[in-house]
Amino acid sequence: MRSLHVGERTEAESVIMNMPAAPLEVLRQHLIDPEICIRCNTCEETCPIDAITHDASNYVVKPDVCNGCMACVAPCPTGAIDNWRMMSKAQAYSIDVQFTWDELPPEKPNGDIEDASRLASAQDSVSAQGAHIAPRAADEPAFDPQALMRGSIVPPWSAARPYVNLYTHQAPVTATVVGNYRLTDESAPRAAPPAPIHHIVLDFGSMPFPVLEGQSIGILPPGTTHDGKRHHARQYSIASPRNGERPGYNNLSLTVKRVTHDHEGNAAAGVCSNYLCDLKKGDTVTVIGPFGSTFLMPNHPNSHLLMICTGTGAAPMRAMTEYRRRRRLSGATGKLMLFFGARTKEELPYFGPLTKLPKDFIDTNLAFSRTPGQAKRYVQDAMRERAADVAQLLKDDHTHVYVCGLRGMEEGVLQALQEIADAHGLRWPALWERLKREGRLHLETY
Amino acid sequence: MSTINYSEKIPNNVNLADDRALQRALEQWQPNFLSWWGDMGPDGSHGFDVYLRTAVSVEPGGWAHFDYVKMPDYRWGIFLSPGDAQRKIHFGEHKGEAAWQEVPGEHRANLRRIIVTQGDTEPASVEQQRHLGLTAPSMYDLRNLFQVNVEEGRHLWAMVYLLHRYFGRDGREEAEALLERRSGDDDNPRILGAFNERTPDWLAFFMFTYFTDRDGKFQLSALAESGFDPLARTTKFMLTEEAHHMFVGESGVSRIVQRTAQVMNELNTDDVAELRAAGVIDLPTIQRYLNFHYSVTIDLFGADHSSNAATFYNSGLKGRYEETKRDDDHRLTGQTYKLLDVEGGKLVERDVPMLNAMNEVLRDDYIADSVAGVNRWNKVLDKAGIGVRLTVPHKAFNRQIGTFAGVRVAPDGRVVSEAEWTANASAWLATPEDRAYVASLMGRVVEPGKFANWIAPPPMGINRQPIEFEYVRFN
Repeated sequence: MRSLHVGERTEAESVIMNMPAAPLEVLRQHLIDPEICIRCNTCEETCPIDAITHDASNYVVKPDVCNGCMACVAPCPTGAIDNWRMMSKAQAYSIDVQFTWDELPPEKPNGDIEDASRLASAQDSVSAQGAHIAPRAADEPAFDPQALMRGSIVPPWSAARPYVNLYTHQAPVTATVVGNYRLTDESAPRAAPPAPIHHIVLDFGSMPFPVLEGQSIGILPPGTTHDGKRHHARQYSIASPRNGERPGYNNLSLTVKRVTHDHEGNAAAGVCSNYLCDLKKGDTVTVIGPFGSTFLMPNHPNSHLLMICTGTGAAPMRAMTEYRRRRRLSGATGKLMLFFGARTKEELPYFGPLTKLPKDFIDTNLAFSRTPGQAKRYVQDAMRERAADVAQLLKDDHTHVYVCGLRGMEEGVLQALQEIADAHGLRWPALWERLKREGRLHLETY
Repeated sequence: MSTINYSEKIPNNVNLADDRALQRALEQWQPNFLSWWGDMGPDGSHGFDVYLRTAVSVEPGGWAHFDYVKMPDYRWGIFLSPGDAQRKIHFGEHKGEAAWQEVPGEHRANLRRIIVTQGDTEPASVEQQRHLGLTAPSMYDLRNLFQVNVEEGRHLWAMVYLLHRYFGRDGREEAEALLERRSGDDDNPRILGAFNERTPDWLAFFMFTYFTDRDGKFQLSALAESGFDPLARTTKFMLTEEAHHMFVGESGVSRIVQRTAQVMNELNTDDVAELRAAGVIDLPTIQRYLNFHYSVTIDLFGADHSSNAATFYNSGLKGRYEETKRDDDHRLTGQTYKLLDVEGGKLVERDVPMLNAMNEVLRDDYIADSVAGVNRWNKVLDKAGIGVRLTVPHKAFNRQIGTFAGVRVAPDGRVVSEAEWTANASAWLATPEDRAYVASLMGRVVEPGKFANWIAPPPMGINRQPIEFEYVRFN
């Protein structure tokens, strides 16, 4: 499940609160009411990503798999399926716990995240007054999910309406590879060879597959895991605009990094990324989706995009940029500002085409963290250097902020935004809140 | 995506318009179906606007579309779950071969028999339930009854499509016969015993939808595994609708038990006469109804030892419940299964080849599923602090089909003499007095949000509507 980060603290706040700085991840946990459920198996059958399972007593939802797509909700004959609890991810009810339930545990009036709600109010008071931390009182108004989220849970008002879950595990669609290009420079330093990044174009032939910039699709790699189970789907952001990688064709592109090492740096071949990067023109792949209904671009012509990404997190930014580029002549006047980070210039996907875009169309800022002989520079450093211009955008109600890349960047980016806002007379807590509620701050990190 | 074409006379997602002969044949059957619905559908209901679920697509988002519909105008049609061109037969001697898109000649007679038997149950239950609307305990329940009825009608369409499309003239004749047989008719009854029993009251209806529609779930699940792909896809979509029927049964009995428990606590009694005087259904009566419906339903799985069942499995026509989720060779040759038998006045187990016990395998899966639901009713009693427990009787109890036909077995599994049976039958099975008492409770309550005294309101409404929603407009 894509977890939503909320209520994380800045370092300063951690010190004030004298609590460890571990991030608090929040989950809108999907639960089935065992008192109402009749164990008919419809939900398990319907779930496109096998997030529902059962034992002899209960049907349960796997908190780490469910992505809240709602496909199971309408088919449920009882209504038992439609239960949601805000939980801190660490305290999410495991399926083993859910199996033991005779009834749903009582819902706490402030949601199930006591710590998080306390943090959320702590954050307000710290940032607003730099002082006292008061835990939320039990009689305060009902808990508000958006307050826990670091980013928006609604799309921009002018976003186009997305299609989601047209194709599922049970009924996927087949796409044909019509292009597979290596994007990153092969002449990268040999000492630490970077994992190559590929640009893969998939064509859906006569099958409908309508997408919007910011949406993603699922790829079902062939074969099975060691214990004979089918591989689960891997999700990739779409890198092309809604009218196709090639305008007017029923195709889309993906940005895929070949995974050769795991997070600890041990050699480990990513099942799906290697499968995709090795595909030849004419090969077919099994696809599900599309997914995503909030990380979408605004469509009103004077809307501005502030885009911050690292590595393959560039995919949705490329899609949005390209869509705006194609629309430019028809009157889209909003500004585009991009902060794009990678370890080295050679590892930056789309580096060539990006540097060729006109300066009056997009304000591009690159940051490289591993250029030999130079100090490490991250996207947030580049943002600070451009603080005045970033602040100008933040002041504008038509600005929409998009952040996509590795999880580690999210905290740094939000911190940079806060500093920039504070230094330019914008009250960050209030601004942050507005950005979230107006569907203008979208975070997608992994 | 398989969108359902509603612009046609017969809504469908099988490109009916491309097959003119088939379309004409079904369009000729359609008025006969509507005429049957007019005669045998829910009594006196044809002018009501009912808040019904209609499938507008077979995708998850599309098949639960709610709106007011007059039942004779319900868009009965032909909906198959999405196909998989790569689908393989995954059990029996043809395991690994491509699933059949047409009927293989050698299995034609068997497949037709399977489809006709399944199809016959659908209009039968509508006939059995046609008078219940006159005694509904609430508008909510009335709506649920009608939803079950129209979907049984659609299931008939699902089977008739297969007969017309794949079985030529024989199939068309069978489709006509499905409209001619009548539940409980002496001369031209429905095929299976349980579908000729009466469903005279709402306790019987809830027991029927709990137990007998669950048989439907298991039969459809076994057919959804079939190597004959159109049958598998048809039954798969039917299963999504069948779930609602079991919900009606399970929640219906549960609400009756809840109400009885509440009154038992209020009056602090388990005395049957006192509870009946208070107008609720006592637990022993509920248990006797349960014994009846359970035993009649498990007969529907057929003889415990059956060479037909072996043929159906081995030739890939009918699988087991959750066949694909099982870890075995999916051929079962050489494997054995324990069947019960009667020997010297006692029940004994014996091993038989598993293929010949396929009916029993499905029956045992059904039993496990049924027992789980009965235990959920017991949780309602538990929660109310009442020590009584409902149980399913032994599977040899009151059987008319298979090894135990004609053998007298008590609910606890003891083989008993004819004399003991006669002496106790009224404690084990619902008696005419029980039925008369339950019938006496059946008044009509149809004011939105009101419920008959003998049943608790549901915890939530249909499609997130409030419980007091106007689910039926009588006009």
